[in-house]
Amino acid sequence: MTYLADVATLARKDLRLELRARDTLPAMLLFVISTFVVFHFALPAGADEAAAQGLLWVALVFTALLGLARAWAPERESGALEGLTLAPCDRSAIWLGKSAAVFVFLTAIELVALPAFAAFFAPVDLSTVGGVLLANVGICAVGTLLAAMAAASRTRELILPLLFLPLAIPLVVGGVGASISEEAPRFLAFLGLYDAVFAILCWASFEYVVSE
Amino acid sequence: MAPEDADQGLAQKIFYFHVPIALTAYACFGWGAYKALLLLWRKEERYDLESYVAVHQGTIFGALTLATGSIWAKASWGHWWLWSENQLVLFLVLFLFYSAYFMLRFSIEEGPRRANISAVYALFGIVLVPVSFLAIRLAENVIHPTVFTLDGPQMTGTMFFTFCVAWIAVTALAYALYRVELLGKRLDSNLRELREALTT
Repeated sequence: MTYLADVATLARKDLRLELRARDTLPAMLLFVISTFVVFHFALPAGADEAAAQGLLWVALVFTALLGLARAWAPERESGALEGLTLAPCDRSAIWLGKSAAVFVFLTAIELVALPAFAAFFAPVDLSTVGGVLLANVGICAVGTLLAAMAAASRTRELILPLLFLPLAIPLVVGGVGASISEEAPRFLAFLGLYDAVFAILCWASFEYVVSE
Repeated sequence: MAPEDADQGLAQKIFYFHVPIALTAYACFGWGAYKALLLLWRKEERYDLESYVAVHQGTIFGALTLATGSIWAKASWGHWWLWSENQLVLFLVLFLFYSAYFMLRFSIEEGPRRANISAVYALFGIVLVPVSFLAIRLAENVIHPTVFTLDGPQMTGTMFFTFCVAWIAVTALAYALYRVELLGKRLDSNLRELREALTT
C-alpha cells in the first residue's frame, strides 16, 4: 500500500505545481485549438470526415508531445530528480506518479478538445472516446519514460519528438482505426495490448533511466 | 543455378539480397537488445559497446533493406514506394526509431547513465518490432508477396538453396563487420585511456 501512497503523493505534487504555476495546461489547450484551425485550412474543401478523424489523432499526439516536453521540467530546473531517486521509495513509483499526472493533464485537455473537434469538424462517437482514453495510457506510459531519457541528454526538447513519434505510430494506427473502422473493437483491443506491453516495459526499466 | 521466377523474371533475383539483409538486420537488432539486457543485468561496461555496435550494424542493414526493397518494388510493381508493403513500412519505422537511438546516445555524456539509457532504448526497439508489425498489418490490405508461410517456403529446391547460401553469406558479413567495428571501437577507447593516463 505504501507504494500506491508514494505514487499518489508524487502525482498530487505535480498537479498542485500545475495548479499554482499554470504553465502547461493553458499552453496545451491553446495549441490543440490552434492546430484544429490550421487543419481547417489544410483540409481541401469537400474532404470527407474520415480525413478529419485522422487529423484529430495528429493533433492529440502533438499536443501530448508539448505536455511531455515539460513533464520533467520542474525536477530538472530545481535538480530535484537526484533527491527523488534518493528517497526511500521504489523508483518505478516516480515514473508511475509522473505518468498519472500527465494522464490527468492530457484527459483534461481532451475534455475540451473533443467537443471542440465535434463542433468544428465531425461528430465524435463512443469508440473514438474509448480509443482516446486507451491511447492516453500508452502515450503517458511511454512518453514519460522517453521524456526522462530526453531530460538526461543535452538536446532535451529537441530529441523527444524523435524518440516518441516512432513509438507513437502504433497508437495512431489503433486510434484512427477505432475512429473510422467498422471493426473498432479490434483496434481498441490492439490499443489495450500496446498499453499493457509498454506499461510493463516502462515500469520495469525506469529505474535504469534515472540511476547511474 | 537458381531458375528464373516465372512471374517476375530477373527482378526476382534481388530477393536473394533483400530478404537475407532484412533478416540480418532483425538479427542485429535482436543481438543489440540481448547485449543491452545483459548490461542492465550484470552491469558490465563491455556490453554497452557491444550493444551499440550491433544496433549500428542493424541500422546499416536496415537502410540497405529499404534501398533493395525500394528497387524491387520499382521493378515488380512500378513504384519506388508502396505503403501497402508491410515489411518496408516496418523497416522505415524501425529505421527512424534507431536513427533516434544515435541522436540520443551522442547527446548524453559518456558514462554509466548513457549506457543504461541506450540499453533501455535498444530493448524498446525489439518490443516495437512485433507491435509495429501488428499495427501495420491491421492498418492495411495485404499485397506483399508472402514467400514463407506456415506450410514452409513457397519456392523450388534450388531457389531455396540459393537463398540459404545468400542468407549465410550476409549473416557472416554482418558478423565480420560487427567484429571489425567492435575491435576498432575498443582500440579507440583503450588508446584514449592510455593517453589520459600519460597526461596525468
